[in-house]
Amino acid sequence: MKYSIRAPLTKEITCNLKAGDTISINGYIYAARDAAHKKMIELLDEGKELPFDIMDQIIYYVGPCPAKPGAIIGSAGPTTSSRMDAYTPKLIQHGLKGMIGKGLRSKEVIDAMKAYSAVYFGAIGGAGALIAQKIVSEEIIAFPELGAEAIRKLTVEDFPVTVIIDCHGNNLYDIGKNKFRKIN
Amino acid sequence: MRTIHIDQIVKTIEQLCIDANYYINDDIMEELNKALKTEQSQIGVDIIQNLIKNALMAKERKIAICQDTGMAVVFMDVGQDVHIVGGNLIDSINEGVRKGYENGYLRKSVVGDPIERVNTKDNTPAVIHFNIIEGDRIKISVAPKGFGSENMSSIKMLKPSDGIEGIKKFIIDTIDIAGPNPCPPIIVGVGIGGTMEKAAILAKKALLRPINKRNDLNHIKEIENDVLKKINMLGIGPSGLGGRITALAVNIEVFSTHIAGLPVAVNISCHATRHADATI
Repeated sequence: MKYSIRAPLTKEITCNLKAGDTISINGYIYAARDAAHKKMIELLDEGKELPFDIMDQIIYYVGPCPAKPGAIIGSAGPTTSSRMDAYTPKLIQHGLKGMIGKGLRSKEVIDAMKAYSAVYFGAIGGAGALIAQKIVSEEIIAFPELGAEAIRKLTVEDFPVTVIIDCHGNNLYDIGKNKFRKIN
Repeated sequence: MRTIHIDQIVKTIEQLCIDANYYINDDIMEELNKALKTEQSQIGVDIIQNLIKNALMAKERKIAICQDTGMAVVFMDVGQDVHIVGGNLIDSINEGVRKGYENGYLRKSVVGDPIERVNTKDNTPAVIHFNIIEGDRIKISVAPKGFGSENMSSIKMLKPSDGIEGIKKFIIDTIDIAGPNPCPPIIVGVGIGGTMEKAAILAKKALLRPINKRNDLNHIKEIENDVLKKINMLGIGPSGLGGRITALAVNIEVFSTHIAGLPVAVNISCHATRHADATI
């Protein structure tokens, strides 16, 4: 199915999405990757607040290029999600509802997604120039010292993703591969 | 003896960093267009179309093809009759990278120490491979390498008795494990022979070869063709969402090795497999 959804999400939205659905996201999402995840988990471990309210939010795993003069943001495609696996279950427990990235997730992440009705979206790896055109505003909200890895609030319009793993644990990577596999 | 000033090296490397990150090479664009016709998955076709659009947009707007503008890998083939003047050669290579990444609005993705992990903020140092060749010129190749694909690469010290079948199995297993992570459709660089580090460097060099050109040695060409065919039966497909086109090419380079060994390195690279070169 094709849907247009608004971010932040609600449990009602995430529970309706199925692996393989193509989605346009409108609204705002947060950009965070390796170093920012490490820092967020350190804050939670110290009993401190996260730099933004994570309840019902989507995190996009991205470290964009610098914007050229006149542009909003540089190329901004997804990075490999599995490097965030160690930190993700805890963020899901704190309310994170959606993740945008590329590549495989761990069993622990998928279990947490099922328990808390979160969803994993895939964006096209390697299409960062194209994807950047769907980002209409960018604001660094935390850890500016991390440069490309700082946490950013991004406003997106018709941001194209595919549901890879839904909140029931159905996984498009397995479904798609099995359909076309001709070798063992 | 011919004299080359380091200013020329700095300028050349600056431009190569920018060109490699903005412009996909023609051989890859051709194979992407061919792949549109052979891909059987509709979502796979859509993804390849988007990758082509992405490349055209990057070229037109002069922006990076991908936000991971990589760690700069620089191959320096230095003629033995060249005399370099004006300063330190390695410093000049890094200065070229620094300027290229700054002036090209490319992302700075390098951390100074692998444990402490503090960003150097200028994408230096580069990984530099020197080679001394005949003549009085320097051939410089810049190949920015993203780590989505680099992280899924692998090296194995096979036994001679593992033979061709062992080599093929290791390459195919490496791609199967990588799955969607390295942004398929991928290009597979393979180094066979030498020592451990030689095989790895051969695999990296294999990625510089145009992807429509097979190895000159017939028995290696046969491995390239057979492994590509089998990789494209894995079903991984564009973006890993299922399909026929998991890899666009398998490029293998070989070198003599020890009686006891059969090192095989598999360096995975994304569809863009960026590289630009110049001779000065």
